[in-house]
Amino acid sequence: MPGALARLRGLVPIGVVVLVALALTFVLTERYHHRVLTLVLIWATMGLAWNIISGYAGQISFGHQAFFGVGAYVTVLLVVGVRLTPWLGLVAGAVAAVVAAVLIGFPTFRLAGIYFALATLAYPLILRIFMDFLGYQEVAIPMVRDQPALYMQFTDPRAYDLLALAALAGTLLLSHWIETSRLGYALRALKENEQAAEASGVDTFRSKMVAYMLSAAPAAVIGAIYAHAILYVVTPDAVFGLLVIVQTLVVCLVGGAGSKWGPLLGAAIMVPMSETLDATIGDRLPGIQGVVYGAALVLVMLFAPEGLYWWVRGLLPARRTVPTPAGVAVAAGPAGTATAALELATDVAGRAPLARGAALIDVRSVSKAFVGVHALEDVSFAVQAGEILGVIGPNGAGKTTLFNVLNGFLAPDQGEVRYRDERITGLRPNAICRRGVGRTFQVVRSFPHLTVLENVMVGAFVREAATDRARQRARAALAAVGLDARAEVVPGSLTTFDLRLMEVARCLATAPELILLDEPLAGLSRDGVEAMMALVRRVRDAGVTVVIIEHTMYAVVQLVDRLVVLDHGRRIGEGVPGEVVRDPAVIEAYLGKRWLRHVENLKA
Amino acid sequence: MALGELVQYVVTGLLVGGVYALMSIGLALIFGVMRVVNFAQGDFMMLGMYLTYFLAVGYGVDPLLGALVAIPPFFVLGLVVHRVLLVRVTGGGDPQRLMDAQLILTLGLSLIITNATTMILTPMPRGIRAAYATQAFAVGPVLLNQARSYAFLMALLLAGAVYAFLTRTDLGKALRAAADEPEAAGYQGIDVRAMHGLAFGVGIALVAAAGGLLATYHPIEPTVAVNFIVLMFVAVVLGGLGSIPGAFAGGLLIGLVQSLTLLVLPFQLQNVGVFIAFLLVLYFRPQGLFGQRLRAV
Repeated sequence: MPGALARLRGLVPIGVVVLVALALTFVLTERYHHRVLTLVLIWATMGLAWNIISGYAGQISFGHQAFFGVGAYVTVLLVVGVRLTPWLGLVAGAVAAVVAAVLIGFPTFRLAGIYFALATLAYPLILRIFMDFLGYQEVAIPMVRDQPALYMQFTDPRAYDLLALAALAGTLLLSHWIETSRLGYALRALKENEQAAEASGVDTFRSKMVAYMLSAAPAAVIGAIYAHAILYVVTPDAVFGLLVIVQTLVVCLVGGAGSKWGPLLGAAIMVPMSETLDATIGDRLPGIQGVVYGAALVLVMLFAPEGLYWWVRGLLPARRTVPTPAGVAVAAGPAGTATAALELATDVAGRAPLARGAALIDVRSVSKAFVGVHALEDVSFAVQAGEILGVIGPNGAGKTTLFNVLNGFLAPDQGEVRYRDERITGLRPNAICRRGVGRTFQVVRSFPHLTVLENVMVGAFVREAATDRARQRARAALAAVGLDARAEVVPGSLTTFDLRLMEVARCLATAPELILLDEPLAGLSRDGVEAMMALVRRVRDAGVTVVIIEHTMYAVVQLVDRLVVLDHGRRIGEGVPGEVVRDPAVIEAYLGKRWLRHVENLKA
Repeated sequence: MALGELVQYVVTGLLVGGVYALMSIGLALIFGVMRVVNFAQGDFMMLGMYLTYFLAVGYGVDPLLGALVAIPPFFVLGLVVHRVLLVRVTGGGDPQRLMDAQLILTLGLSLIITNATTMILTPMPRGIRAAYATQAFAVGPVLLNQARSYAFLMALLLAGAVYAFLTRTDLGKALRAAADEPEAAGYQGIDVRAMHGLAFGVGIALVAAAGGLLATYHPIEPTVAVNFIVLMFVAVVLGGLGSIPGAFAGGLLIGLVQSLTLLVLPFQLQNVGVFIAFLLVLYFRPQGLFGQRLRAV
């Protein structure tokens, strides 16, 4: 299977890293050099752990030393208390750290950005104070002379190299798996744009929690190893202190967060440098290590804020593009193949199609008020399966608020929304997306650092667990909208029209039964408008129901089967376009008197 | 417990809180105007303590006066740091990434200041022996430590001056405009970058003055920043990120919580009460106890 081969190829660099470290272990002779090697491996591992939650998922944590310290303390206290071997103790430490991650994550992930970062500061401080209070200011690891190996006490420094290397290799494999899995795409998407990720079916809360738990475990394991290889005496300051998170941040940010190679690179550069400085002039200048770390952080932020790994990659020639697998490469031109691609993209097993005309979505007396403004007031209407329904109304009529209620961004104050006769009000946007409601945005919300293909894959993961299959579905969706030629570029280089196509493709890749299009024609040229309208018709013909917000009147009238008219949050008209545009109430509220005269002139 | 004892704890807490309040409004001003969380704020406070110390030891300047003397040089230092470093990570760009860059940059700055101070001045703790540090005013049964009382009054005075500056002067109004609507302020001819520099300079000068006041009763050492930067964050979050009166109230509250925690928990756990209050506010009122939304004043 070529997929399996490609997967194995991805592991080769990790194998090379392990071999190089192994070679160093056997080449180095001086005890001090082994200590530096062990430290490089330890801080690389800790950096990788932090990178999972703060690099991939972008949730900057200033409290990751909480897990490092929990791992160290649990393991060592189990040795001191019940003579449990640290080989089992570090498993217990990892479990304790994962439990701590759940306890911390549940309240803390309700906070975003700066609030999350500040809140994470508090946890290690609290733990540190408690360790002092409980009398664990200094916990020495007892020497066990008869069974040293059982108690992780080695005289050969190479043993600690190997121990740290094993932890590093494990964390590299974990990181590699995350980078290439559905979770990794979800994390990168929510880092770039959390709302767009939710609307594309990413359970952002769950993804963050899983990432947090996965990043707590290796931090705890490496904390336990650090205690045995370096510390011998565990103190709150040594494992919960500021210097632990500073070391971690330095290796990640200098190396580059968001890739598994960044922390490794950062550790390989910064740790030997600071150890050398500390050994040579540290006695005379006790703060030199801190100054170097501080200067490294400042310089990196000023000159290469993405870190060395990404900086170097930016200098290299552009990556070769992954060749399109035969069979999915469909040219945009011939309508037949594009339709086949559309069916491939939106295919989903086990969903009984509704009869054309049956109520797909039922909006019942929905009201939503913001401070002082009734954005929606007692709005009711139904969306019938197989139709294109237009929602029109002047600016501020409540159209986008209506979409936000339909896809779960907003909870209505009153009323409910039923989808296939199930109440979806109160569900999270990703859950509504999974049920089959996709949406696009008035201003396109892309994931700017992901390629066009990867943007669409985020949606495709709603229906596919495997990355290869998600990629195929995403390619089909791109082919269906005619954007397959731009699959490997980043959204920043696309035109407005192509961006809108990409967002439609991302939405189609979630295999929706209903799509909500928020002003898809805005900002398009005349040709673009025609092409987008043709696409919307093809999407409907493929069996997807469409609700569309649009301002461009001539387009709406041609495109839609029925119209719902909103004004000041109320539904003031509903029906086929020909009737609605003649309804005096609608003309007065939305089109104005001039249009009324125009219509009368036409009649005359 | 006697009522008198409770009053004593409340009064002690408020007196300490006054200095927290002063240092916190510096942080709040910088955040309110620039949207920058300054990790190095505690280190400028520490430098303020040292300046006051050397003025007291070398020239016999009373630390209460020394705290005032610290204001102009630290204002200039703030301007320089803003011009050399902060301008590069403020302004245009993805706000989330900018925020991360600012946090890391100021963290790096904090490490440099702490450790360079350790290198130059040694880690040895120092103290100013002010006569009033060990004396107290007696108001009925309640004792008010004189150093803390003076520091409290000075903090109140300085905070009042900042508030008057922001609300009464044209420059202060321009500063608030730059904070609330930087783009619109720019169209009105307000130099937003200069306003950022002004806010950073004033913010640093305030925290340095607070450091000078703190030096009248707190040991001075290079690593003193760590303990206080977290207290400042807590105060600023309590008051609603960026609100000046909020941060002042937040600072007073921190002093109060610290002091009252001693009634129920042992001394080592004094700050646990503060951190738990911090987390509770973050979870349940992330906009702060008083704030509606982010604004400078």
